[in-house]
Amino acid sequence: MSTASVVPGTPGVEEALVEDQNLRGGKARRVKTRLTSRAATVAAIVIAAVWTIPTLGLFISSFRPETDIRTNGWWNVFVNPQFTLDNYGEVLFASGASSANLLSYFINSFAIAIPATVFPIVLASMAAYAFAWIRFKGSDVMFIVIFALQIVPLQMALIPLLQIFSQWLHISGTIPAVWVAHTIFGLPLVIFLMHNFISEIPGDIIEAARVDGANHAQIFLRVVLPLSVPALASIGIFQFLWVWNDLLVALVFSGGTVDVAPLTQRLAEMVGNFGRNQEVLPAAAFVSIIVPLIVFFALQRFFVRGLLAGSTKG
Amino acid sequence: MTLVSIAGLPAAARGDLLGQFLEKFGLVIIGLAVFAAVIGLILFIADKAPKRGRDVIQLLLFVAPAVILLAVGLVYPAIRTAVLAFFDARGENFIGFDNFVWMFTQPTILTTILNTLVWVALVPTISTIVGMAYAIFIDKSKGEKVLKSIVFMPMAISFVGAGVIWTFVYAYKATGFEQTGILNQIVVWLGGEPQQWLLVPPWNTLFLIIVMIWIQTGFAMVLISAAIKGIPTEIVEAARLDGANPWQSFWNVTIPGIRGTLVVVVTTISIATLKVFDIVRAMTAGNFNTSVIANEMYTQAFRQGQFGQGAALALILFVMVLPIVIYNVRVLRKQREIR
Amino acid sequence: MRSRMYRRAFVPIAAIGIAGLALAGCSTSGGGGGGGDVDCGPYEQYGTFDGGEVEVYGTIVEVEADDLVQTFADFESCTGLTVNYVGTQEAETQINVRAEAGDPPDIMIVPQPGLVARLADGGYLTPAPKAVEDNVDEFWSESWKGYGTIDGTFYGAPMLASVKGFVWYSPSEFADKGYEVPQTWDELMALTAEMAKNDSDTYKPWCAGFASGDASGWPGTDWIEDLVLRSAGPEAYDAWVAGDLKFDSPEIKKAFDMVGDILLNPDYVNGGYGGVASINSTTFNDGGLPILDGNCSLHHQASFYEAQWPEGTTVAPDGDIWAFITPKTDPNAGDAVTGGGEIVVAFNDRAETQAVQAYMSSDTFANIRVGLGGVISANKGLDPNLASSELGKQAIEILQADDTVFRFDASDLMPAAVGTSSFWTGMVDWIAGTKSTDEVLTFIDSTWPAS
Repeated sequence: MSTASVVPGTPGVEEALVEDQNLRGGKARRVKTRLTSRAATVAAIVIAAVWTIPTLGLFISSFRPETDIRTNGWWNVFVNPQFTLDNYGEVLFASGASSANLLSYFINSFAIAIPATVFPIVLASMAAYAFAWIRFKGSDVMFIVIFALQIVPLQMALIPLLQIFSQWLHISGTIPAVWVAHTIFGLPLVIFLMHNFISEIPGDIIEAARVDGANHAQIFLRVVLPLSVPALASIGIFQFLWVWNDLLVALVFSGGTVDVAPLTQRLAEMVGNFGRNQEVLPAAAFVSIIVPLIVFFALQRFFVRGLLAGSTKG
Repeated sequence: MTLVSIAGLPAAARGDLLGQFLEKFGLVIIGLAVFAAVIGLILFIADKAPKRGRDVIQLLLFVAPAVILLAVGLVYPAIRTAVLAFFDARGENFIGFDNFVWMFTQPTILTTILNTLVWVALVPTISTIVGMAYAIFIDKSKGEKVLKSIVFMPMAISFVGAGVIWTFVYAYKATGFEQTGILNQIVVWLGGEPQQWLLVPPWNTLFLIIVMIWIQTGFAMVLISAAIKGIPTEIVEAARLDGANPWQSFWNVTIPGIRGTLVVVVTTISIATLKVFDIVRAMTAGNFNTSVIANEMYTQAFRQGQFGQGAALALILFVMVLPIVIYNVRVLRKQREIR
Repeated sequence: MRSRMYRRAFVPIAAIGIAGLALAGCSTSGGGGGGGDVDCGPYEQYGTFDGGEVEVYGTIVEVEADDLVQTFADFESCTGLTVNYVGTQEAETQINVRAEAGDPPDIMIVPQPGLVARLADGGYLTPAPKAVEDNVDEFWSESWKGYGTIDGTFYGAPMLASVKGFVWYSPSEFADKGYEVPQTWDELMALTAEMAKNDSDTYKPWCAGFASGDASGWPGTDWIEDLVLRSAGPEAYDAWVAGDLKFDSPEIKKAFDMVGDILLNPDYVNGGYGGVASINSTTFNDGGLPILDGNCSLHHQASFYEAQWPEGTTVAPDGDIWAFITPKTDPNAGDAVTGGGEIVVAFNDRAETQAVQAYMSSDTFANIRVGLGGVISANKGLDPNLASSELGKQAIEILQADDTVFRFDASDLMPAAVGTSSFWTGMVDWIAGTKSTDEVLTFIDSTWPAS
């Protein structure tokens, strides 16, 4: 995910922020704020085209025969349509015994991303609950420090963490090492976002549970978690995309081997050898972005909600 | 060789995808189970905590896992790196400010710092302006959702994937050959000479920046769009009755109404931009004067074994992000006090 | 020099699916002779182990990695050791991280002596055991031994090698047009000038490609090194590598100028790709391919470029493609070539590690590995006839010849800040025209580490 850090904004706009409600209820009431209608339409179409064409071009390229990719551009398919699945066959299946095809990396990406999404979400929910609903001295300072940790460049943390992994835990170069690294690097943002949601839970509900004699563990499990499902979903998507799309953490903690490394790393290697891989790169790139795109289009509503919650409410 | 004997080989030698899949699936299940057990234990202890001081114990148990991980994985490394910035390549001898002197006297590193500043000046402003314009243009139009998805989609694509996409856009073939990159093809159609977009400084940095803008605009657009929809209808209506034209109402109503969101968008994109690493690494590897601090830090520390110089670059990056975070922390404090 | 040069194109396997992949798995484990009937005679010296494991780390990937793994097959079944080869193109970078974090592999195949020196300085390496030193004394020349020796301590033996400084050309084109293979630099320049008398828009005498990810520029350093060795001589070359002869000295500047006569001349480059600047955007893999479609005639690249020619290209003295060694500048001087290779170093002195290390320095290893194809070695126990190609055979003979002056790729020997950084980027800037020759030379000198 590109936007690893989301910061709080000013209060006051949140009530109108849930897009869907607005589209349904507010459409008729609102006034035209468009500047000049025709020019605006043209500009919008141009922007939409510029934003789509690069991806579309790559998508078309991925189905073109090798010689076509090397000798002319993807727009020639409109004159001379020729398509093949060979590129996908090659990147997914062709392989020697110890060398790699993308399918192995694809499996790695999943094996890394699923736990690396679950772990920080759960740990962050617990911490966020404590920061939001257990009053203690220094809670504010601690919360703000955690928020500020987002700015530590990951590069700074690589070597010390790797030392811990190799000398104390003996897990360096394994998938669990990548889980732990992603969990740590994801925590500041996820705690912040979860805190935004959990602190919004009406105090009456929590109080009522307390009056009934429930302790914090019970409240957390029976009240807070069920109420936070939408938040868990939207923040989970965020974290999943972030992990799936990450290159740096994987590069260092996976050891870069076929057994552990995710798709992004293999893709980066292939880009580094552009001339050799030119004909398979579009297909390879699409294999790597297909999962995020599916997640994105299927769960866009949650995704947007997570984004809005993170950025507008402190 | 039969299936039985294949199964007898170690997984690495087998090259057997099914086996690989099962092995990693098993690992994921084990990992999740262990994690669930640990969390379950923590909650169990919290549940059974003695009445006296129960709140404190529960608080510690809830916060401890995250805080310990953060202290070990981020706080300690950050402090260690800050110290290392004043040591030599191997981290053995204290050398004062030599690494910083090196940084500000090496032309290549100065270019790197300058590039980073150009990135952080251009990406947030252009992304925000384009995102805001687009949000306003398509507001309440037909197919607004689809139009939003189109611009928002790059957010889901990895930097490396985006790098591949744009490498093909910028592809270059000499005059006399058919172009394979759309940008050069357009130039040729318009009667121009094909260009080496990523090779000629300082313009190549701009072409890398375009990739980042392509990714971040969707983020800006979605937030600003929501904020615009949040401006109370009465205010907009009142401005219109006062005879304000669309331009005036944009400056006098829309902008003040979304000011808070604009700040959020700009600061968020700024932080992301300062940390940009993958785009540069995948597209030019920092060659042709396109390096940025995050990339140079990786090159110095890991490719060249100059850990001190790498740490010094990290510290500079930290210092550059600091004002943005201090500002946000102040906003955050205010909000927590209000609550 | 970078390992990615060794990579051959993806070898497409027709059979898709589990069955095909399982077959591929079989051929690796069975190809070495298959368990039972291995002649363990050559392996007795390494002893037997009870299931020990050794991790070998390196930049070699894909087909080359498969061949490497297969080279260990008999050794593994005779000694009882398991050799886990871990290959990644990021290994040169990652080894710094792994070593610093206290998590090094047992053995690494280091693609450049400069990195060996850095690892040795960091105190990560273990000196080579006596068995390795004995092998090296027996099978390698004194200078090769020197590349694994840092400050008087011998750390590791060479593994594979390559001969740099070949000029690739098309024998059939030369025959058609009546060109002669040049014997001196002057003849080469005269030939180039003759070739340039051509009206084609796309044809230029030379083609070149410097792009190679974050290693972009290295093909240019090979050019310079060849000319330094030929025009300034081996002593000056050694002084240059050691840092005693600066880049802005007249000797080095002369080499740059001689290379510049070709690479900076828009009439001479870049056939099939455009002007001078297109050298930077053309990948090293694609650099020489225009020879095949007649858009250029000459391409300067090492012996491993043989793997880049598309399937079906005949590489032979009378075939589609062949190569001559970059001619000498002084007709009376002896033969001199530059080359590259890997050094095998160890991070611990476990008996298992030392056994693998000893095996990798033996003639048995060299013969098996070279016999599998695609590579050569400077091991004197190697039978040149095992080479998979005519060019490989010729290159092995050059490496083994006693009267040839051999020098290791200078950029690989220089400190990393120069050899794998400013020298590369300097070449890129030089071609791009953003820096003049003098500016490039001063820039590279300024990055030479102080200590």
